[in-house]
Amino acid sequence: MSRISKEEVKHVANLARLAITDEEATTFTKQLDDIITYAEQLNELDTTGVEPTTHVLDLKNVMRKDEPKKWITQDDALKNAPDKQDGQFKVPSVLE
Amino acid sequence: MSLFDYTLRELQEKLHSKEISVTDLVEESYKRIEEVDEEVQAFITLNKEAAKAKAAELDQERGSANAELFGLPIGVKDNIVTKGLRTTAGSQFLSNFEDPLYDATVVNKLNDAKSVTIGKLNMDEFAMGSSNENSSYAAARNPWNTDYVPGGSSGGSAAAVAAGEVPYSLGSDTGGSIRQPAAYCGVVGLKPTYGRVSRFGLIAFASSLDQIGPITRNVEDNAFLLETIAGHDKMDSTSADVDVPKYTESLTGDVKGLKIGVPKEYLAEGVAPEVKEAVQAALNEYEKMGATWEEVSLPHSKYALSTYYLLSSSEASANLARFDGVRYGNRAEDAESMLDMFKRSRAEGFGDEVKRRIMLGTFALSSGYYDAYYKKAQQVRTLIKNDFEKVFEDYDVIVGPTTPTPAFKVGDKVDDPMTMYANDILTIPVNLAGVPGISIPCGFSAEGLPIGLQIIGKHFDEATVYRAAHAFEQATDYHKQRPSLGGARS
Repeated sequence: MSRISKEEVKHVANLARLAITDEEATTFTKQLDDIITYAEQLNELDTTGVEPTTHVLDLKNVMRKDEPKKWITQDDALKNAPDKQDGQFKVPSVLE
Repeated sequence: MSLFDYTLRELQEKLHSKEISVTDLVEESYKRIEEVDEEVQAFITLNKEAAKAKAAELDQERGSANAELFGLPIGVKDNIVTKGLRTTAGSQFLSNFEDPLYDATVVNKLNDAKSVTIGKLNMDEFAMGSSNENSSYAAARNPWNTDYVPGGSSGGSAAAVAAGEVPYSLGSDTGGSIRQPAAYCGVVGLKPTYGRVSRFGLIAFASSLDQIGPITRNVEDNAFLLETIAGHDKMDSTSADVDVPKYTESLTGDVKGLKIGVPKEYLAEGVAPEVKEAVQAALNEYEKMGATWEEVSLPHSKYALSTYYLLSSSEASANLARFDGVRYGNRAEDAESMLDMFKRSRAEGFGDEVKRRIMLGTFALSSGYYDAYYKKAQQVRTLIKNDFEKVFEDYDVIVGPTTPTPAFKVGDKVDDPMTMYANDILTIPVNLAGVPGISIPCGFSAEGLPIGLQIIGKHFDEATVYRAAHAFEQATDYHKQRPSLGGARS
């Protein structure tokens, strides 16, 4: 039984903002299915009551003051931009 | 013999006594790169002009200055951001990222210590891979035999040091990306404790696992470099506020009474006989030196690979969302809409392995699957971490192979993601537990390829890891062997 369908792969690619062709979707479905099927070995383990680890060190929230400081200039920020205009990043139309 | 056959300390003495100049060292580096890098492909971008200018500048201060890494040429993995020096993370997406705005904290520290950055080192795209074959640029090769992979993802960092292009380098390790290539290339690579070194300016792959660490020709150099780059950084709130000891002072050569645990899972089926033999010989050597070893168990080891791929891919899917074609990097032409621009910019810029992991992570985090995959993996991570804690109640270090086999041939595993992933089966648990681990040379295969010994320590106990590694190195001469690439070296 497959763990992930081609339709689901296309859906996930859309969520991840990746354009994929039908042919790529076929290949990725097989590969992702292999990986997910393998990963289901985790179900052999009873993890009832086991705390999930999000971070290995015993760190709590690290707080700092919310203060403005000098970082980069507007010119710097735009230096590597693929497209810009009037001191702003330029992108294609957001509305259809 | 090359200048880089001396230790970093010896090179500094030579600089201080004016026997050599910083310019000599930098020239040595570029000369060697010219000779061999067409074959090794360790570098993606060179910093030639700036490095030579800096060398000339440092030569004016020579003899008087006393910075830790004064005048020593270094290579930096290309996922570590360098101000004004192209940083691609091995990805086509960032091939035009010519002018990064700031230096990573480790780079600031290198600059403060007055080392000279020679260039940016090759890697699997966004550090996802075990062979360097996922680099968007010409893949790096193993200097011991260029038909073989150098390992990954820090393949360029390990290959450059092994080939004598730089005396030391920085890599990053998420599931073995420093230790595995160090093993394959016969050099010394340490993944520090999670939080030991600031990740600020490291292009994030999996934030709960990533660590920057040193790759060097010997243990002393490695300890020396970690002293410089370790420490708390207010720019990385996951860096730990724990004192940085003088690691070089722990290199006493004395391991009498050291208690070594050898996990039976690390010498199980799938580990090549010649690797097992090399590890056994190393354990005999430790016994001779007065250490003791016993078999132990890390019972959840076999679940580490699944846990790792679910967690690291989930984190990657979030981290790589920043590559949207708006502020820097690749932008698809003639997009019909913003959404179309995002999707095509990413599709054009990312390779297949990166896409696969982003999709796996997005799937594992998506509604309806989160508990079954992501949360489950986080729980198993706890079990894996507990395995290590339990063994460390009774033992000082854990010793085993770094990888199940020596380096494999270029092209051998590229079509099958699962076989490729299995290379990291002995290094991944260390990242999941957040403990430090080192790979040092401990032998050669019948084909003449290096074999790596992995030594794992307790959280923030790099000192004991280094002490054990150094003692073995003193008793053997594997680290003195050099690949014959580009003309035999003495």
